[in-house]
Amino acid sequence: MKFSALTLLRQALSGNTGWPEQWRSPEPKASYDAVIVGAGGHGLATAYYMAKEHGMRNIAVVEKGWLGGGNTGRNTTIIRSNYLWEESQGLYEHALKLWEGLSQELNYNVMYSPRGVMMLAHNTHDVQVFKRHVHANRLQGIDNEWLTPEQAKDFCPLLNISKDIRYPIVGAALQRRGGTARHDAVAWGYARGASAMGVDIIQNCEVTGIDRDPSGAVSGLQTSRGPIRTKRVGVVAAGHTSVVMGMAGVRMPLESYPLQALVSEPVKPAMSCVVMSNTIHAYMSQSDKGEMVIGAGTDAYTSYSQTGGLHISSHTLDAICELFPPVRRLRMLRNWGGIVDVTPDRSPIIGKTPVPGLFVNCGWGTGGFKATPGSGNVFAHTVATGEPHPINAGFTLDRFRTGRLIDEAAAAAVAH
Amino acid sequence: MLLIRCPVCEMDRPELEFRYGGEAHVARPLDPSSVSDQDWAEYLYFRSNPRGVHAERWRHTSGCGRFFNAIRHTVTDRILATYKAGEPKPDLATLTGETGR
Repeated sequence: MKFSALTLLRQALSGNTGWPEQWRSPEPKASYDAVIVGAGGHGLATAYYMAKEHGMRNIAVVEKGWLGGGNTGRNTTIIRSNYLWEESQGLYEHALKLWEGLSQELNYNVMYSPRGVMMLAHNTHDVQVFKRHVHANRLQGIDNEWLTPEQAKDFCPLLNISKDIRYPIVGAALQRRGGTARHDAVAWGYARGASAMGVDIIQNCEVTGIDRDPSGAVSGLQTSRGPIRTKRVGVVAAGHTSVVMGMAGVRMPLESYPLQALVSEPVKPAMSCVVMSNTIHAYMSQSDKGEMVIGAGTDAYTSYSQTGGLHISSHTLDAICELFPPVRRLRMLRNWGGIVDVTPDRSPIIGKTPVPGLFVNCGWGTGGFKATPGSGNVFAHTVATGEPHPINAGFTLDRFRTGRLIDEAAAAAVAH
Repeated sequence: MLLIRCPVCEMDRPELEFRYGGEAHVARPLDPSSVSDQDWAEYLYFRSNPRGVHAERWRHTSGCGRFFNAIRHTVTDRILATYKAGEPKPDLATLTGETGR
């Protein structure tokens, strides 16, 4: 069913009883041309573009839990492309351009809202780093501009630009095309689009083994819902990538950490942009429901606990209360954690592995949501053709051997 | 917040007194110039990152200042044992058996 004002009206008049299910829940077939492991935003986007742009319809997405129940449903939904290096700018800008037309493309409202992302500088080092980012971005045709504290307050009136706070704001970098989107809708929209083209999305189906033929190439998967034969597997398992890749005997340059977020009670519209501060570990935006959505930091140690220590979010609230004084009167509604897979250079790994037929898209660390459409788009090309797209050509697993790292530690907004 | 037993101070102290030091028992190659690029990358960047028991380094920065090792389960975050740097890794099977996991 195509969503439109007409279908909305028709359903409203008939008591909303005629909405069909948005995607099928089929039993797994005995074999597929390719299987994607992980039905988060990146995995579903990969399947969608494999079907749409590469004509692969006999494919499946298998998911241990439920669709979009990992980091896709746990992140703070921030979108931006103001990264430092050309490789990253190409990748994240590719994603940003796809975001701009995504609701129309999917006929599904992903609520992409380019409301502006402002990154605060608190010291000389921040000023130098962010100005370098501004210049690097503008050279590549990506919007990013430098603001004085007064201009920053004009853009976000909640901000406290007093010089008497512990870490005064001395400037800010603003990407106006950055913003937010509705995270669940992204997963649901891609799932609906992929399913309509024949992609099987199989939830509650945990991969327990990766089969290999005598030559060493991938020959299938063992899952909690039976074996599946396939010659191509794309692993998009975020925090659990090391575990899944271990089933094929591949060690990864990854460590998994809990990353936390929290939301306040809902209030009337008070903040029309996204504000981030890397230096004092805080970022905030307001959801359309009115909750203040706050991102905290990672725990110090690797973990798969999906919670994180309370002192981490408490530390973030210290910073939030100083930067946005009215937030002191808000109560926090809930907090949660997701497990993020972090690479040594804070850039993702998208490409081939030493095992023929096995591909991996991982290492998005603390900032994968913004890349969802672009990541899926270039990884679909990689799995379908067996070779990387020019945009992800630099994001190889092999770069840790050759030394061609893509160091984005300063652009990753969460210190870790 | 974790409660960590420092094996040097022999006291249970809150996590904030410590700094995490990454995976333990990752030995630096004795002759770096003779190892292959792949082996050097393994040493620098590749980690076991297990979903289960993990041997890791901690440093008691706000206490004795000494590095030591801990065995922690990465799903429950429960610390099964701590031991001084240089001591051998405890037998994981007995550790997990003792705590009923």
